[in-house]
Amino acid sequence: MSEITPSQTVGPFFAYGLTPVGRCQWDPNGTYAWKNSVESNLVTPDVSGSRIRIEGSVFDGDGKPINDCMIEIWQADAQGRYASPADNRALPNSGFKGFGRSATDKTGVFAFDTIKPGAVPGPGGKPQAPHIVVAIFSRGMLRQVYTRLYFPDEAANAADPVLNLVPAERRGTLIAKKAGGEPPVYHFNVNMQGDNETVFFEV
Amino acid sequence: MSLIYPTKSLENFPKHLTPGYKSTLKRSPTKPLMIIPHTLSELTGPVYGHNAVQEGDNDLTKQHRGEPLGERIIVHGQVLDEDRRPVKSALVELWQANACGRYVHNVDQHPAPLDPNFTGAGRTITDDNGYYKFITIKPGAYPWGNHPNAWRPNHIHFSVFGHSFVSRLVTQMYFPGDYLFPFDPIFNSVTDEKARNRMIAAFDLDNTVPDWALAFKFDIVLRGREATPLDNDDHH
Ligand SMILES: [Fe+2]
Repeated sequence: MSEITPSQTVGPFFAYGLTPVGRCQWDPNGTYAWKNSVESNLVTPDVSGSRIRIEGSVFDGDGKPINDCMIEIWQADAQGRYASPADNRALPNSGFKGFGRSATDKTGVFAFDTIKPGAVPGPGGKPQAPHIVVAIFSRGMLRQVYTRLYFPDEAANAADPVLNLVPAERRGTLIAKKAGGEPPVYHFNVNMQGDNETVFFEV
Repeated sequence: MSLIYPTKSLENFPKHLTPGYKSTLKRSPTKPLMIIPHTLSELTGPVYGHNAVQEGDNDLTKQHRGEPLGERIIVHGQVLDEDRRPVKSALVELWQANACGRYVHNVDQHPAPLDPNFTGAGRTITDDNGYYKFITIKPGAYPWGNHPNAWRPNHIHFSVFGHSFVSRLVTQMYFPGDYLFPFDPIFNSVTDEKARNRMIAAFDLDNTVPDWALAFKFDIVLRGREATPLDNDDHH
């Protein structure tokens, strides 16, 4: 065994390295040439499935939106396959990577354009309801926190093995709210603390 | 619950709530984290090819018309997991202050000069042995508002991807012998001394290039699976 390298906070200054383009407006002159390595728009020309948009904020213990936060999402494609060598069903021809990154803007809002994931296999061969894994990084977080985004009006939620581990009264923190529009917008707000604290996972 | 990626190594990570680092007070979960089984969603993770970065993205001294001020250094090492498996084709990103301790970021109010020849962002993809290499300059220490007379030790921020999304790591690389270590609540948020020292690069005379640049070696170890394969583990 080798011994693990510990985590440290992403700090307040990550944007010019990790999320330089788009919502993070650190550069008043707009002359910064560093491109994003990871985009908040996951939609590729060849991807099949229903397009969706996800918007939200991460609120601190005072209920204020965190404006120096980085959110990463990891999801399956519409057929429930992950673009990863660890998913041996993956179709290598699809350009859809299933991975996105967004910084929150000055008002604390993050956003992703993607497609709705399909159901993916779960423990014991039972399917998991469509969901997106969400990792949150920020100044004041010495390591990322993980949560999951589920979709409302999804009959499969009732049998989802992870949702079923969550006490019923907290399950709602994991379910996005559909706001309509075309493509539909789902709102997903995360509360770090408070009465409605989001369920975070130790994975 | 038997997890495919053991969570024991996470004991070496800082606690979410670390009161000495004040920003954690309002930004850390107050309820216990829920342990869930590692499903395909946790065991998979993004993969990048060499087209994710451009030639020269790993040389922070050549991004502008002239060379940046400061001590030119080589920072290199291997990304591997706890089972000593090299992590190949992994995206490694870094960002850092300039030699004066100033970030190119509009919320950085430190009254130290910006360097027109230094941005401080770099990235690369590991090779088949998990090896990466950057050329940059040594970042300066800088003050911050955590407590009176608070200064961060010299450090370089790193973002790394592993074999799965649960191996995802953001960390900071420190330099050997820094006199600010005892006073920095972020460095000391890792309470185990041995684990803390694994965030300190080693001075590397062998790879120092004579008459040109000092080298520092920084191996990054990500979470690995249990060495014993599980039954029906057909995901790898
Ligand atoms: Fe820093």
